Amino acid sequence: MTRWSRLVPVLAIVMLVLAACGPSGESQSAAASEPDGSQPAGSEPAASGSGGEGTGGMNASGELFAYGFGYETGDIIAKTRVDVFNEQYPDVDITFSESGFEDQGFLTALASGDAPDVVNLPRNKIGTYIARGVLQPLTDCMDQAGLDPNVFYEGARNQVTVDGEMYALPEFYNTRVWIINNAAFEDAGLDPESVDWSDWDSIAQANEALVKNDGGLTRIGIDPKLPEFLSMWVRALGGQVISDDGMESLLDTPEVAQAVEFGKSLIEANGGINEFTDFRNTWDFFGANNQVAADQIGAWPMEQWYLNVLAENSPDAEITVKPFVDQEGNTTTLQDGNSWAITADTDNPDAACAFITTMVAKDTWVAAAQARADQREADGLPNTGVYTANSEADDVIFNDIVDLSDYPSLQEAVQVVLEGQDTAFGFPPSPAGAEFQQALTDAVNRVLSGEADVQQALSDADAEAQDAIDAAAR
Amino acid sequence: MTTVVQGKEVRSVGGVPWTPNTRRETLWALVFLSPWIIGLIIFTAGPMLWSLYLSFTDYDPLRPDITFIGLDNYVAMLGDRRVATSLFNTAFYTVFHVPLSMAIALFLALILNRVGGKMAGFFRTAFYLPNVTPAVAVGTLFLLLLNGSNGLVNQGLALIGIDGPSWLVDPTWIKPGIILMSLWTVGNTVIIYFAALRNVPTELYEAARIDGAGAWNQFRNITLPMISGALFFTLVINTIASLQMFSEVYTIFFGQQQGQSAGAGEAALFYVIYLFRNAFEFFKMGYASALAWVLFLVIMVITVIQVRGSRRFVYYEGE
Repeated sequence: MTRWSRLVPVLAIVMLVLAACGPSGESQSAAASEPDGSQPAGSEPAASGSGGEGTGGMNASGELFAYGFGYETGDIIAKTRVDVFNEQYPDVDITFSESGFEDQGFLTALASGDAPDVVNLPRNKIGTYIARGVLQPLTDCMDQAGLDPNVFYEGARNQVTVDGEMYALPEFYNTRVWIINNAAFEDAGLDPESVDWSDWDSIAQANEALVKNDGGLTRIGIDPKLPEFLSMWVRALGGQVISDDGMESLLDTPEVAQAVEFGKSLIEANGGINEFTDFRNTWDFFGANNQVAADQIGAWPMEQWYLNVLAENSPDAEITVKPFVDQEGNTTTLQDGNSWAITADTDNPDAACAFITTMVAKDTWVAAAQARADQREADGLPNTGVYTANSEADDVIFNDIVDLSDYPSLQEAVQVVLEGQDTAFGFPPSPAGAEFQQALTDAVNRVLSGEADVQQALSDADAEAQDAIDAAAR
Repeated sequence: MTTVVQGKEVRSVGGVPWTPNTRRETLWALVFLSPWIIGLIIFTAGPMLWSLYLSFTDYDPLRPDITFIGLDNYVAMLGDRRVATSLFNTAFYTVFHVPLSMAIALFLALILNRVGGKMAGFFRTAFYLPNVTPAVAVGTLFLLLLNGSNGLVNQGLALIGIDGPSWLVDPTWIKPGIILMSLWTVGNTVIIYFAALRNVPTELYEAARIDGAGAWNQFRNITLPMISGALFFTLVINTIASLQMFSEVYTIFFGQQQGQSAGAGEAALFYVIYLFRNAFEFFKMGYASALAWVLFLVIMVITVIQVRGSRRFVYYEGE
């Protein structure tokens, strides 16, 4: 036997082993916990009244496993709500994955033969799991708990509803607003009140006035937040990136092209995508020297939870908050957040129902919001509230608990946020949500980086997204 | 085939007489090897065969039904723009990373081989330390180091008058940036070369010096041939590892919930990352299996070519 012929089988085995040692599966998907430093929250009694007040009146006991949520690793909002549930249902022994939601982990948990009973996952991922029968409809559960679906904001409700059935209970409700750095505007000789945020020429002019370059970019004028917020810019033009039912890609439409072109023009006025992104990546986003405190940004659309970050880390930084508006001046904002769902294979549907309805019940939220308010007061920090998807809870939280009378600019900001809650839209429950997002993200990035022109990129993305939706809907 | 042992004719296997002793030893050898063999069958060969089958199906792990679709997944790959892009990105990385890392590792090993005394252990440890750093940590570290605006790499380049590029954003520079990052972990290869260098008989150098050979000639005609086995081994292993590049790149460019960072385009889309996303984000496990088998075939072809080429360049002591 020659050396070569002896080597072949050995090498084949070596390669088999090495090829099988592919990715270890360390998915770095970001944790699905809320980025406001407030993880998924908790509060009081289980639902029973039509408004979702807590009651604890359901018959629930036994063990429960919740995936995508942390108690030990959670903040006061998370802990308070779980504590409320435990008080009301002492016979339920609940354990948590103590991690944020990520697809690979959830998939593994489902395949383990001991599937989680309940899951806390982002609403923009719901459609993928509904289409595959992983989650169960909640009509019976909500009837049992006496929970009126109309307590949830319509935008959030639509994200978890397929064929008239709700498959999850919306938890947080993150909307976007313009956050304006007053110091930057003053420095540029601009008044936030005089900028017409419905007029894109006006936005472009403000961008050019605000950008600062001292031998390198030192202040971004206006960050359009692409590709993340593309759908919001498209809405401002009266378009959509995907149909309401999540079954038709609308990426190859004039409104999308115009929005991408406009976003690109804003970035180019800041020196182009390379300099823009590199500079943005240097920010101390969650620290005391954040981009507002350090005067590194003029204005940008941002989730409202960032107000908490600013209030906590740089309370002296002066900001103005404006609603994101369409070209007619009407508020149009993108919302998202997590939601609670029950898996189809749960062994304990009663306890699962009791748990998820309790976690989003009005009284539960109110208890959590009060706990946070107490904590902030003790720390001498302003409390900007908790933005829930339960409109009745929000009424109580922002009317009775949040008191920003000593912080007029924050008070005004919170008011702006609340005014946009009712009309916010969300990503619909598409069976191929992840692939759609990939197509959208890739298309925008290819345009921003100059790898493709807008028409080509959007045409490719539209075809890819539609193929993926059609395949997933089988 | 038979052999005569102590006047008796016994069967022989591979030239070795098949005596009761041999049988017993073979049996015990198999007993001791069995954990590995069983592990290979259950955890590697079995899943591989299963994935081969899945590559001919539309398997979605969240759906109960599996439909056999023949070669559809493989045909779909031909029309998938991202397959071509990711293959190109991966090949680009491999072509530059493997020789560069080998050259740098050899250089470092040669230096290490000359360091004696107490410092030798320190340097060996220092070179190897980056290899024990988790890949995700390395990715995060280089996210800071390679920042085009205030990263240490560009600050260093600025000291010598070079305006550094946007390593993490500019599609032209993303792959060179990743190659630069990958050189951080050459420690493994350094240690292998170092061990090989220590095994080169010193008499060979003494003889060469007596014959008037200079440093370059000694390196070219003694060192390289004598460590060619190690060079070949690292060539094969590093090539396979490069074709499977995943963790660091995923951390830097795909770790955000929204997908890759703004502006990065598809320059950082490596083959295994695309495979992973198909399997665990899009739940197209059948398609991902087909991608995995194509990668396996690519690796096999490259390795066979390397092995064939090695016959001319690799010196095996004792042959």
